[in-house]
Amino acid sequence: MKLNIIVLAKQVPDTRNIGEQAMNADGTINRSALPAIFNPEDLNALEQALLLKEQNPGSRITLLTMGPQRAADILREGLYRGADEGILLTDRAFAGADTLATSYALSAAINKIGEYDIVLCGRQAIDGDTAQVGPQVAQQLGLPQVTYVRRIVTIEDNRIVVERSIGNGVETVAAPLPLLLTVDGSAAPCRPRNAYRLLRYHRAAVPSELSVGENGKKPADESVLKEWSLADVNGDASRCGLGGSPTKVRKVENIIFQVKESKRLTADDADIKALVGELLANHTIG
Amino acid sequence: MNYYSDNEILRHYLGHPLLKRIVEAKEQGYSQADKYNYAPADFAEAVEGYEQVLELVGELCAEYIAPNAMAVEEEGPSVENGRVKYAPATEHNLDLFRKAGLMGVSLPRCYGGLNFPMTVFTLIEDVVSRADAAFGNLWALQDCAETINCFGSDKQRERYLPRVCAGATMSMDLTEPDAGSDLQSVRLKATYSEEDGCWYLDGVKRFITNGDSDIHLVLARSEEGSVDGRGLSLFIVEKECGGVHTRRLENKMGIHGSPTCEIVFNRARAELCGSRRMGLIKYVMSLMNGARLGIATQSVGLAQATYNEALEYARSRKQFGKEIINFPAVYDIVGTMKARLDAARSLLYETARNVDMTNIFNDIARERSLTPEERQESKIFAKKADALTPIVKGIASEIANQNAYDAVQVHGGSGYMRDYLCERLYRDARITSIYEGTTQLQVVAAIRYATGGFYSQLLNEYLSENVPESLQPLRVRVQNMCDKYNEALERVQSFGDQEIIDFLARRIYEMASYSIMSSLLLLDAAANEELFLPSLNRFIAISEAIVAGHSTYICNFVPELINYFKQK
Repeated sequence: MKLNIIVLAKQVPDTRNIGEQAMNADGTINRSALPAIFNPEDLNALEQALLLKEQNPGSRITLLTMGPQRAADILREGLYRGADEGILLTDRAFAGADTLATSYALSAAINKIGEYDIVLCGRQAIDGDTAQVGPQVAQQLGLPQVTYVRRIVTIEDNRIVVERSIGNGVETVAAPLPLLLTVDGSAAPCRPRNAYRLLRYHRAAVPSELSVGENGKKPADESVLKEWSLADVNGDASRCGLGGSPTKVRKVENIIFQVKESKRLTADDADIKALVGELLANHTIG
Repeated sequence: MNYYSDNEILRHYLGHPLLKRIVEAKEQGYSQADKYNYAPADFAEAVEGYEQVLELVGELCAEYIAPNAMAVEEEGPSVENGRVKYAPATEHNLDLFRKAGLMGVSLPRCYGGLNFPMTVFTLIEDVVSRADAAFGNLWALQDCAETINCFGSDKQRERYLPRVCAGATMSMDLTEPDAGSDLQSVRLKATYSEEDGCWYLDGVKRFITNGDSDIHLVLARSEEGSVDGRGLSLFIVEKECGGVHTRRLENKMGIHGSPTCEIVFNRARAELCGSRRMGLIKYVMSLMNGARLGIATQSVGLAQATYNEALEYARSRKQFGKEIINFPAVYDIVGTMKARLDAARSLLYETARNVDMTNIFNDIARERSLTPEERQESKIFAKKADALTPIVKGIASEIANQNAYDAVQVHGGSGYMRDYLCERLYRDARITSIYEGTTQLQVVAAIRYATGGFYSQLLNEYLSENVPESLQPLRVRVQNMCDKYNEALERVQSFGDQEIIDFLARRIYEMASYSIMSSLLLLDAAANEELFLPSLNRFIAISEAIVAGHSTYICNFVPELINYFKQK
């Protein structure tokens, strides 16, 4: 069957390769010293899409990312690896979004894309590590979801069978289409960039890159790279960006884990109840 | 890590003025952009594309090929039921390069290739060989397809070239138990069957790299009763047609990941490539020239890898209270390694550019007849390519071996242990001065260009190019080397005795080679002084000593000396 597949991707600072200049003197991240990369588990998700496309000729893969203009880099990266088109969702109104506002904006864009059978995304991004955006997008779209997918087993008659990692084992799950899958790092690694696609798309640009005169870039075919604003996806500004984000960061501090004191508890209900009460009271949980 | 972008010198060779002309011709004036969505529209876009692909190769090599190299070596290939089974890590590497679209790099777009010039193919091979010379062999054998492209029929091009671009592997089956350096003695029998309208091959080939390939090019005796090279023809054999199998694998000193096979042809169906009787004298000569450039490239990649290992170790190993790189005895070795590497690479890309120009004129000549000016120019490029190929194959492979020896030496006792990469590089490098023609045979191929005055002419040409004032003193020193070379050549020829010329040929060859490499490095420094000045200074000093040594030998030579060398 021909599938319409949407892959959600995020451009993230490469936190796996942290050099000496990665942190400013005041403890904040020096973003210019960290190369921006395709979030690793989103690449696992892209590979699942590419495998599905191989098994289901005629399928189409749309890569969707929300971010500033430079996030177009990961759309090109996706084209080099085999995606059919890329959409950059970019607008000042999206700035400062938490996971809820992000998932709202992405789901508005997915609604605009319209027809789809599967939405694939990485389990979590290596900068925020929340693993919330995928599930929230499913919620916003009213889709069933399977998280921590490591392999798609079969797909036929609007029914998908997948294996999901559950820590110390694998669970096989069947679900109806359309649905959303979050893919984790135990899934197949993404195939490399392909030289032919690299040569074909290395100058493809989204409109705003052209307007600032990026070196030698040329307009991409509209069907390959698109750029959408809040208005383009008919979004509600109050649900986007900083204003649409219930998460407020009060302060950020360095935590160095140290054992200061220890307490021995027994496994009886009273001790556990007392511990939970204590943790709630000092806001460690809840 | 990226094995392309971490080496600024590689990028330098994309900036050579001749490359612009090469690319324009290769792209037929950028007329292919309308027909193929991956063809560039101008020179800037072409070079940007090469860089993008080189970055991709550099990344794959640093992240997969180099880390896999130990597993490739340890597991190695095996034979089961006449078929070669690659090590799983080798399969993984091949799969990666197939998916990355790197299997038909230089072939024309109409057959699914990337249509890259030889110079850029060479840059890719340079990077791959640094990561794993054994895998480099399997990958670079795609270059055999150039022989089908040049000499095969349209039908053969259409049948085989798209398969190579899609990842079919190749081999060149030349050597036999009694026909190594002397290919005229090849005996593998080719018989034409009128009934089936095809050729059949019977016999044995030995020492065949990747001998269980999908598509074989085979040198065989098609003219019954003939005894020399004129009775040999070139054939194409497909594995899937049957009749060819691997009897055993050689147990080699190095490049363990590259299967070296003894293969048996038993009524193997074959197609003639090109014309009968031209197998050795025309096609294999062309095939071998390409392969020799390939081994020169592999040697440069290995010389780079050995230098990197020596430098890293010398910088981190402490003895007597400091890093050993601070001792003159050590920085002499490491600095010399880098100078040799840079000089060999400079010669490599000069050769590749001349091969590109030669190929370009050959391509044009297939479409239409060349103008008298074009014919004149094409002859000059072809002669340069033919004259430089035996020099770069011989010298770069010797340099790879010298660097491998030195890398182990810098490591001391540790370098003798399997735990260090330099131990494998030492074994891998050893074959480069042997296969595709030993260094001694490269001297034989080169010596006529010395005695005919062509290298002298070439040196004059290089040294007449403009260099900045700051480099003039170095230019004068290179000129002095050339003068010594010309004097020595004259003395050798003055004896008028072929045996004396043969006996002294290696020294003349080295004097020419070191003078040529010094001149080329001088021109590189003229284009980018910062990048090349240290190596240029070192290399001229090293070359002067080598040239002076051979000069003394030849000056003091008397014909009686030869008799003292002959073993009674």
